[in-house]
Amino acid sequence: MMNRWHVMKRLMPLLAMMSLLLAACGREDLSTLNPQGPVAEQQFGLMKLSISIMVLVVVVVFVIAIYVLIRFRRKPGDNRIPVQVEGNHKLEIIWTVIPLILLVILGVPTVKTVFGLAKDYSNDENAIQVKVTAHQYWWEFEYPGYGVKTAQEMVVPANAIISIEAKTADVLHSFWIPALAGKIDTNPGGNVNRMYFEANKPGVYYGKCAELCGPSHAYMDFKVKAVDEASFQRWVTAMKAPAELPADPAIAEKFVNECLTCHAIGDKGGQLYPNLTGMGDKVAVAGFLINTDNPLYANEGSAYENLKRWIADPQEVKPGNSMPKVNLTEQEIDAIAKYLSEQKLDY
Amino acid sequence: MAHGHTVKRYSGLMDWLTTVDHKKIGILYLIAGGFFFLLGGLEAILIRLQLWKPLNDFVSPDTYNELLTMHGTTMIFLAAMPLLFALMNAIVPLQIGARDVAFPFVNALGFWTFFFGGVLLNVSWFTGGAPDAGWTSYVPLASTTYSQNHGVDYYVLGLQISGIGSLIGGINFLVTIINMRAPGMSFMRMPMFTWTAFITSALILFAFPALTVGLAALMFDRLFSANFFEVANGGNVVLWEHIFWIFGHPEVYILILPAFGIISEVISTFARKRLFGYSSMVFATMLIGFLGFMVWAHHMFTTGLGPIANSLFSIATMLIAVPTGIKIFNWLFTMWGGSIRFTAANLFAVGFVPTFVMGGVTGVMLAAAPADFQYHDSYFVVAHFHYVIVGGLVMGIFAGLHYWWPKMFGRILNEGLGKLTFWTFFIGFHLTFFVQHFLGLLGMQRRIYTYQDGLDFNLMNLISTVGAILMGIGTIVFLVNVVVTWAKPKNAANDPWEDGRTLEWSIPSPAPEYNFVQTPLVRGYDALWKEKMDGNKGMTPAEPIGPIHMPSPSILPFVMSLGLFVTGLGLMYNFVFAGIGLLITFGCMFLRSVFDDHGFHIEPEELQDKGVKA
Repeated sequence: MMNRWHVMKRLMPLLAMMSLLLAACGREDLSTLNPQGPVAEQQFGLMKLSISIMVLVVVVVFVIAIYVLIRFRRKPGDNRIPVQVEGNHKLEIIWTVIPLILLVILGVPTVKTVFGLAKDYSNDENAIQVKVTAHQYWWEFEYPGYGVKTAQEMVVPANAIISIEAKTADVLHSFWIPALAGKIDTNPGGNVNRMYFEANKPGVYYGKCAELCGPSHAYMDFKVKAVDEASFQRWVTAMKAPAELPADPAIAEKFVNECLTCHAIGDKGGQLYPNLTGMGDKVAVAGFLINTDNPLYANEGSAYENLKRWIADPQEVKPGNSMPKVNLTEQEIDAIAKYLSEQKLDY
Repeated sequence: MAHGHTVKRYSGLMDWLTTVDHKKIGILYLIAGGFFFLLGGLEAILIRLQLWKPLNDFVSPDTYNELLTMHGTTMIFLAAMPLLFALMNAIVPLQIGARDVAFPFVNALGFWTFFFGGVLLNVSWFTGGAPDAGWTSYVPLASTTYSQNHGVDYYVLGLQISGIGSLIGGINFLVTIINMRAPGMSFMRMPMFTWTAFITSALILFAFPALTVGLAALMFDRLFSANFFEVANGGNVVLWEHIFWIFGHPEVYILILPAFGIISEVISTFARKRLFGYSSMVFATMLIGFLGFMVWAHHMFTTGLGPIANSLFSIATMLIAVPTGIKIFNWLFTMWGGSIRFTAANLFAVGFVPTFVMGGVTGVMLAAAPADFQYHDSYFVVAHFHYVIVGGLVMGIFAGLHYWWPKMFGRILNEGLGKLTFWTFFIGFHLTFFVQHFLGLLGMQRRIYTYQDGLDFNLMNLISTVGAILMGIGTIVFLVNVVVTWAKPKNAANDPWEDGRTLEWSIPSPAPEYNFVQTPLVRGYDALWKEKMDGNKGMTPAEPIGPIHMPSPSILPFVMSLGLFVTGLGLMYNFVFAGIGLLITFGCMFLRSVFDDHGFHIEPEELQDKGVKA
């Protein structure tokens, strides 16, 4: 016990230093070192503890190594035969026992956190239940408690437990929101995985697919949009509001026949592929084309430009995805992209 | 005494195709493994070129997935393992005072199956697509539903065939080390490299069958529409993950343990000191090998195994740090009080120690399951295993090659070029992989063919690419060194480092085909060192000079493996050829069974005439 306390005393300053060094590293919406919710914070805590212990180990080894290499290098003309030491029981016991103690220091909180994070909120009435289904290469988010289904952007209230039930419709994917929570794989069949997370404050957080799932694995990003409670309620209502079709009847017909066979908008259309409700104020089109009015990079543009680019050639944007080149003229693509980019939800 | 048979001697290419001499097979492994190492390295450079800037389109996403799959598969199965087998073949029999391995014919067969398996895997580049589901080949992505070309078939069949080579190679070394040690060479007098080769072989024996089973199941799924991993028909994809990692995790130790052995030999020789804590080193190695089988699910923390499994596998994984730590400190204290000479070989060994520690500590970090939810499948993991495999294993191999090159080829590698190799490779390595820890922590997932701009990933990826190119340059310097050394006369002394401690340094460089004119008598650990310290000129022989029995060369291993290669291609394209291939292989087995080959003898008079001969 004494021994353990000594080690702890030595670890404390290191831990403090690590916390200062690592905290607030990287982007608030993406970095695991800048956690924005209690789950990621717990994981970050464990990371800090383990990094501190490991830095201690590395420093000890490096110091001994550097000392030995300088002190005991062979000088020219030195033909001395060193004493052939067989070993040293005391030393060997020391470097067996100290690592064991360090492992206990790391192991206890590890096990505690493992069980803490395995808490099941699937029957908790205060938690928001979200069913996540991964597809090549998009994410489907269903809110069974609200009768809402959306894609690519998970809108959630901040400061509420979000209870996730994750599965896949095809190959393995992995559901990861670095700033909010570590990942969980999506398995096929009835093998669903559960996890939960919570965002401390409103904001948009990057989500990623972390398991190789095919050529467009790199593009399988999503977003978690944390909003305040009232906004969330408005969003749910807006998602269920009846949709207005394009004003031009010819375009509306094309849209119904070519798009709504697979996609839904508001109360219309099929649910097989990403829901198009509120496309106009999403952060990205197809997960990777970022909507912005000041495009800086090749994957950025206004929502209208991105939609046009996507509809014109989906395979160019996301190779191997299921969306074909739809039978539309350039004018029709233009009109539909414009219509979709104007679909904004009031929340 | 008459020859049992006419002595079959081949020369030139036929000599290499038919050889059953462990030293020549070692060289064959070195050439083939080196070739695949260059191939895998080229794939790595292409990967890094694609990633040097955001949104790059140097390669297509499909090609990128092929590159990352083939890079991993090639490096693990076709480069790292064969290069270790090269050193084990070249050195282990010499270290235990044996004239060859227990089963020379099987040894040749092991090489050729590995070789043809590797060639089969790489044929896929030219036949419509290499495997692209990652070296782990997770289903359903690797199932026929999502991977329709033959890529993954090549993976399954190529690895199955080369796996035969690894398995019989492992068995061969087990038998060799158990049965063929020179008189006096008890287990606890065996050199550390032999010990690690022994334990690695045991791991191969237990781990490879799991891979064989997994690959067979995947092969049935893909070629004959079986349902092992077809969820819709009652299959289970998590099963593949388990099978793969029950093999895959011990595989990591199969790779790293011999590197530990090499480092132990090199550090001890160049510090002119006995290995510190030899017996604890031996037991640490065993413990690592044993625990290595208990930790596979730490690759699957995010699969959803539940908190009990995750806790148990967390703790078991952390425990491995203890024996590994013992080894690290033993190496440091071997050098403590020694007289350290910094040859190129020793630079690699000395560089290995801190580098491997860095890979080891990130391993313990990964073992904490909840934190692993963040690290898993991010660049942090990429950094971790490259620290272990490149910083550990490849540095170990380089150390071993520089150290034993004179024993294998009779020439010492150029020291200047060797040191240049070390510095370029070492600096390049840390540039490439150190920053990747942070890329992962900042949110970059692995196996992505490109990344968005403006996410703070750009600079670190650029640094990583520069480092990779530097590693490439280091490798080229090594190749130049090989060529330059080749042109020099074969004049290495028996004990070119002058501080050799083990039996291989008591015989000429390179070793004659029968290794030892007379089997040596081993009187202690570090057998040669002991004789030197006692003022003796060399080893005391344990037998009078007499005729030496040698195994005959044979073309059968080559043809048998060729048969398997044809079978592999046939299974994909035309079952008739698969039948022909099997006929060739079984025909060879039949021939081998019915025609006894008793080998031949080298008579004492011949020993006198020949002197030193390769």
